[in-house]
Amino acid sequence: MNGTLLTRRNAEPAPLADVPLVPLAGFRTAVINAVRNDCRVVSYFARMVEDGIELVAVLADDTRSELGFVRSRVTEDRFESLTPECPQVQLFEREIAEQYGIEPVGHPWLKPVRFQQSWRPGHQHFGEPLPGVTDFFRVEGDEVHEVAVGPVHAGVIEPGHFRFQCHGEHVFHLEIALGYQHRGIERALIGGPSAKTIHYMETASGDSTIGHTLAYAQAIEALTGTRVPARAQVLRGIALELERLANHTGDLGALSGDVAYLPAAASCGRTRGDYLNLTAELCGSRFGRGFVRPGGVQFDLPTDRIATLTERLQAATRDTVESAGLLWTTPSVIERFENTGTVEANTCDEIGMVGVAARACGRSIDVRHDFPFGVYRFVHIPVMTAHHGDVNSRAFVRWLELQRSADFVARQLRTLPATPVRMDVAGSLAPDAIVASLTEGWRGEICHVAITDAEGRFARYKITDPSFHNWLGVALALRNGQISDFPLCNKSFNLSYCGHDL
Amino acid sequence: MRYPDGPPPALPAHFRGVPRIDPTRCPDGCRVCADACPTDAITVAGGTVSLDLGRCIFCPECQTACPEGAIAFTDDYRLATRARADLRLLAGEERKLADALDAKLRRLFGRSLKLRVVSAGDCNGCASDVNVLGTIGWDIGRFGIQYVASPRHADGMIVMGPVTENMRLAVRKTYDAIPDPKIVIAVGACAISGGIYAGHPEQQDGVESMLPVDLFIPGCPPHPLTILDGFLRLLGRIEGGIHAGQPE
Repeated sequence: MNGTLLTRRNAEPAPLADVPLVPLAGFRTAVINAVRNDCRVVSYFARMVEDGIELVAVLADDTRSELGFVRSRVTEDRFESLTPECPQVQLFEREIAEQYGIEPVGHPWLKPVRFQQSWRPGHQHFGEPLPGVTDFFRVEGDEVHEVAVGPVHAGVIEPGHFRFQCHGEHVFHLEIALGYQHRGIERALIGGPSAKTIHYMETASGDSTIGHTLAYAQAIEALTGTRVPARAQVLRGIALELERLANHTGDLGALSGDVAYLPAAASCGRTRGDYLNLTAELCGSRFGRGFVRPGGVQFDLPTDRIATLTERLQAATRDTVESAGLLWTTPSVIERFENTGTVEANTCDEIGMVGVAARACGRSIDVRHDFPFGVYRFVHIPVMTAHHGDVNSRAFVRWLELQRSADFVARQLRTLPATPVRMDVAGSLAPDAIVASLTEGWRGEICHVAITDAEGRFARYKITDPSFHNWLGVALALRNGQISDFPLCNKSFNLSYCGHDL
Repeated sequence: MRYPDGPPPALPAHFRGVPRIDPTRCPDGCRVCADACPTDAITVAGGTVSLDLGRCIFCPECQTACPEGAIAFTDDYRLATRARADLRLLAGEERKLADALDAKLRRLFGRSLKLRVVSAGDCNGCASDVNVLGTIGWDIGRFGIQYVASPRHADGMIVMGPVTENMRLAVRKTYDAIPDPKIVIAVGACAISGGIYAGHPEQQDGVESMLPVDLFIPGCPPHPLTILDGFLRLLGRIEGGIHAGQPE
C-alpha cells in the first residue's frame, strides 16, 4: 500500500478528514499504482459534497490485511477515466456516471448500469433511462446472428438481458444488461440508519442475508465502538457458513440438473433445504431474516437444541457429500464441466473477480482468511482453490468449501461460549467518519462502506455485492463457447441480479 | 411428504406465522409496536390495534419492542387470501382465508395449473421458496401445478417483488401474453404492498397497482408451506380453516 493511502483494518473506522484528499491526477496514480502492486479495488464510488462531487476509492492489500482509502474532488462534471489502465474499475465508473451525471472521460464502454435516474436532478449522463435500451457490441457478417434473451427467463430466476453475437452455435461475444431489479436501496440509505435500514440489508441480495447484514452490523459496531459478545460472534459465523452450505449445495444440484445428471440434482435440491431449515432453527427464517443485528444476534440458541441441530447437520452433510461426490466419478458430468466457460487467471486479476469464481482461477483470496472478522479471527477455515477457471473448477471449489463449512459449524456448535448474544448499541454513530466492512458471503467478498455526516447520519452508504465484480466474468466465460453452454456457465457463477442492481 | 393428506412438515423454532394481538394488554395510548414496525403495517387507533399482513415482513421487531407481550407471532402458517382487504388482521376478528376459484376456473385449472413466474425486484428470497416447491420434497407436480418456460403455455403468473419501474413493461407483456382466462398470484410483502420498498419511486408498490390479483400470499419470504397452502386453497384442495391431519 503506497503512502498516498490511509490504511485501516477490516471494519476499523477512521475520521473522514484523515483520508487523503488529493488532486485527480494523484488519485488516479494512487489507485493505478496500488493495483499494479497487487491490491484490488474493493469499492470505488462518488458522493455529493458542498463544492461538487467527491470520488472515494477503497483498495485491499490481501497479503497485509490492509484496506487503503483515498479520495478526490471532481469540479467540472468530468474526470479522466481510470478504466483504460485499471479495467477492474470499469463498472464502478459506469455507476458513478449514472448516479451523479459526471463523465469518466476515456472510458472505453461507457453505458448505463441500472437504467436509473441520476441522484443529481438535471445531471442525467445517459438521458432518460429505458431498461435494456443502450448500445451493445455487434459482430457484423453474412452468417453472424444475434440472440437476445430476457429480461424474463425460462425458469424461476431473477431478470436480466443477455445478448449473444453468434455464428451458428459458436458465441463470439456475450453482453449482459442488468438493472431490472433496481429498487433504489443506496439512495434510500442516505440519511439513515432508520428502522428500515437493517431490512434493506437483509434483502439487498436476499440469498445472502447473513453476509450483508453482518457487513452492515460490523460497520455500525465500528462507528459506535460496540463490542460484540463472543457467543454472538460464533453464532454469526455458524449462520454465515450455513448460508454457504445451503447455496453451494443448491448450486451443485443446479449444475447437475443442467448436465442432466439427475441423482445429484434431486438429492442436492433436497439437502439445500435441510441447511435452510437449520438456519430457520436459529431465527425462524430460512434466509436468516431477523438474526443478525448491530450488537450481536437477535436470537440465542438454547443449549438443549444443539444436539439435535448437530445431528441434522451431519445427516444433511452426509447426504450432500454422498450425492455430490458422484459428480467427480461420472464421466458424462466431467466431460461437460471441464473446459467449459474458462476464465483465465490473468483475466480474473484484470477484471477484479472475487469469491468462488476467483478461487476457481487459482486465486487464494477469501475475506475470512485475508481480513478476518468476528469468529474467523480465532478459528481459521482453509482457503480452497482450483486451477482451471472452468465450470469444473467453480463446482469443485464449492464442493471443497461446503465440507470445510460443515466441519466448522459442527465444531462451533460444540464450543459455544457462554456469554450474552447482544449488546446495546450507542445511540448515534461517530460523526464525519468512514469505515469499510468486509465479509465473505457464499459468492465472495461483500464490501460495505459507510461515511457519516456531522450529525452521525449516513452521508453515503456503498454496498458492493461480489456479483458486481463478477458479472463481466460470466460474459467472458462464454467467449468461444456455445449458446448451450450458457445455462451451465451462468449457474457455475450463480451471481445475484438484485445484489448488483440494489 | 404426506401433507396435505397428513400433517404438514415441522416448522422451526421461532417460526413467525400469523401474529396474535391481545389489545386487553395494551396500555392507553401506547404505540410502541407501531413505531417499531419498519413497514407501517400496524395501526393503533381508538383503543384497537390492527395489522396489515400484506405489509408485514414478519420481522420480530414489534414483538421484541412490546413490553406487555400484547403482540406475538404464532406458528399458524396459513396466510393466503383472495382479497387484499382480507389481509387486515384485527384482534378478535376471524380471518378469512383464501376461497377456491369459481366453478368454471376450477374446472379449467383444478387438475392442471401452469404458472409463469416473474421476479420483478424480488430479492431472490421469494424466488427461492417458490422454486423449492418444484423439488422432490414438496413436488407440486403431484397437484398438477407446474412452472412453465413461456407465458403462452401458462394459465397464470406468479409475481414476486414490488414491481420495479424497470420490470413494469416486462410484467405487463408477460400478463398480456398469457391466454385468457388467467390468474395472478402475488407472492411476498413486496409484490403485495411494496414491502420495505413501498414509496420508493423506483418501484410500483406491488403488482395490484397494474394487474388484478387473484391470490395474495404474504411473507418475507413466505415459507414454502405458506405458499403451497395458498395454491391448494385456490384450487379447492384445502377448505376452511381446517385441513386433514391438523386439528384447529
